[in-house]
Amino acid sequence: MRYYVQKLGFYAVALWAALTINFALPRLMPGDPVDILLSKLSARGPVTPEARQSIALLLGTETDQSLISQYFSYLGNVFTGDLGLSVTYFPQTVTDTIAQTLPWTIALMGIATVISFVVGVGLGQLAGWKRGSFLDNLIPVATMFQAVPYFWLALVLLYLFSSVFAVFPTNGGYDVYGTTPGLNWPFLRSAVYYGTLPALTIVLSSVAGWMLGMRNMMVSTLSEDYITTAEAKGLRPRRIMTTYAARNAVLPSLSGFAITLGFVVAGSIVAEQVFSYPGIGQTLLSAVQNNDYALMQGIFLVITVSVLGANLAVDLLYSLIDPRTRARA
Amino acid sequence: MTTTATDPDVVARALPEGRGRRRRGLRLPSPKLGVGLAICGLIALFGLVGPLVVGDPDAVDNVGLAPPGGGYLLGTTQTGQDVFAQLAWATRGSLVIGLVVGLLAVGLAAVFGVIGAYAGGWVDEGFSLFSNVMLVIPGLPLIIVISSYVADKSIWLIALVLALTSWAGGARVLRGVTLSLRSRDYVSASRVSGERTWRILLVEILPNLVPLLASLFIFAVIGAILGEAGLAFIGLGASGSWTWGTMLFWAGNGLALRLGALWWFVPPGLMIALFGAGLAMINFAIDEIIDPKLRLQTRAARRRWRRPSDVGSSGGAGARA
Repeated sequence: MRYYVQKLGFYAVALWAALTINFALPRLMPGDPVDILLSKLSARGPVTPEARQSIALLLGTETDQSLISQYFSYLGNVFTGDLGLSVTYFPQTVTDTIAQTLPWTIALMGIATVISFVVGVGLGQLAGWKRGSFLDNLIPVATMFQAVPYFWLALVLLYLFSSVFAVFPTNGGYDVYGTTPGLNWPFLRSAVYYGTLPALTIVLSSVAGWMLGMRNMMVSTLSEDYITTAEAKGLRPRRIMTTYAARNAVLPSLSGFAITLGFVVAGSIVAEQVFSYPGIGQTLLSAVQNNDYALMQGIFLVITVSVLGANLAVDLLYSLIDPRTRARA
Repeated sequence: MTTTATDPDVVARALPEGRGRRRRGLRLPSPKLGVGLAICGLIALFGLVGPLVVGDPDAVDNVGLAPPGGGYLLGTTQTGQDVFAQLAWATRGSLVIGLVVGLLAVGLAAVFGVIGAYAGGWVDEGFSLFSNVMLVIPGLPLIIVISSYVADKSIWLIALVLALTSWAGGARVLRGVTLSLRSRDYVSASRVSGERTWRILLVEILPNLVPLLASLFIFAVIGAILGEAGLAFIGLGASGSWTWGTMLFWAGNGLALRLGALWWFVPPGLMIALFGAGLAMINFAIDEIIDPKLRLQTRAARRRWRRPSDVGSSGGAGARA
């Protein structure tokens, strides 16, 4: 029980830190984002005093309110889901804009990350088990893919598979003309078809990391005494590899998930830019290009909260898999 | 007072086989280190000397999109700029960013990881909470948000922001290792014999962390160069200076791939890949120094150590042979 309290406490602190960074950044930075944003907004249409107020709270401005009371009103706004108005998608609110784009990113990145993890850990397990095998010697080659900038690899693959061979579409998240978004079969099929190439590039560029980590842990685990015991008992090698060695070797990969999740998000922003995918990364960049500060801060907050949530889920799952973490806490 | 970390027993424990290797003479731990050092050295030399001999990378000529050959070694861009000259300056720019970020990130990681773990108590609690929070807050979105507020970004600002968002992972690793080092007998002995804290940290603990710090540095450099390239690609790179990332940005903007101008698009990416691969090889070699279990891994190496009839047997035996 103490373990869960500790974890929840930690993520509460992290969430508070993220909210505070989000509050402080626009106030620390040079320039006056509120004026820029409000002038852009009023160019698009009428801005209600409430909208003006919530933007001022998000980004900071010369008001008679003290910083402390601004901070608490800001927290109140955030928890009620009021993140201001978007310039880019005027007159949509920031919350609505994010709600539209977030599912695309979560679906694409979620599936790609899970595939990459499963394939990488599986191959790493085999490479660690048969050291010096073909697979093991493949690892340095696979790390080459990691050293290549992701977007470069993605652009080359995009060029090859959509311009030269025309197997996949060049951009977008689904067939805009032929289908209507919703839970219908043609739309889902087109979404999968459009998402395959982005997912493939993400898997290609991230699989080597999982593979290398798993392989090194396998090598360490295989020299443990209980593996010798298992061999001496005459268990089948396959059983030793999977239930004895791999099960323990996978633990650091799982707990290292937290670190990689940040890279996953970074990868998604760049990937969406390359493939013009209608996800949250693409929206963040168009917000940046339009000086749409409210949307930008909102997206940063949502991305951070999603990453924190995913980390919390992994941590809780981890405690189920490895009982020692619960005992130690 | 005379207890030092260069005590042979301690070194032998930290680096098993270290003494044996030394007796055989100065041999590189593995060919990977040699290859990696050669690649990175050549690229660094290019970044150092290249800009001195090439022309102005911004100079515009009226032979746009000329393929390699003729007056231009690597062809020209859309506006007739010399790709080779750009590559030389970009190499320098990217290496500067990598170096600055690497040093800053490792420095921050060492401060928060080593000092926290050694001091213990609430300092450790605070430092480790801080680095864990920094670890879970996603870096690139934060960088994007920060850099969007600043219109005119220098290469130093980019480096600073990259460093501030990339040190936390290293701090966590260093903290773990320092925690185990600080309870070793020789550290307790030097504490009892009245050595100053900073001396224990610098002379007793730090030398044992050197391979780890080197590996973290390499990771930070790769991460910074890739991070800068990604940032530049989405249009938020350093303004007014050349890096591999800004080169790729202009190549992407000028539709280099669609126009078939491979000589414009490929070289910067290839340089990043080569440099990254070189650093990764050095890192593999360092890993093998830290953890000798990883060393006997290639088929050739295993043949050297074991009879050929053993090679096919189950992998678990390898480490104990």
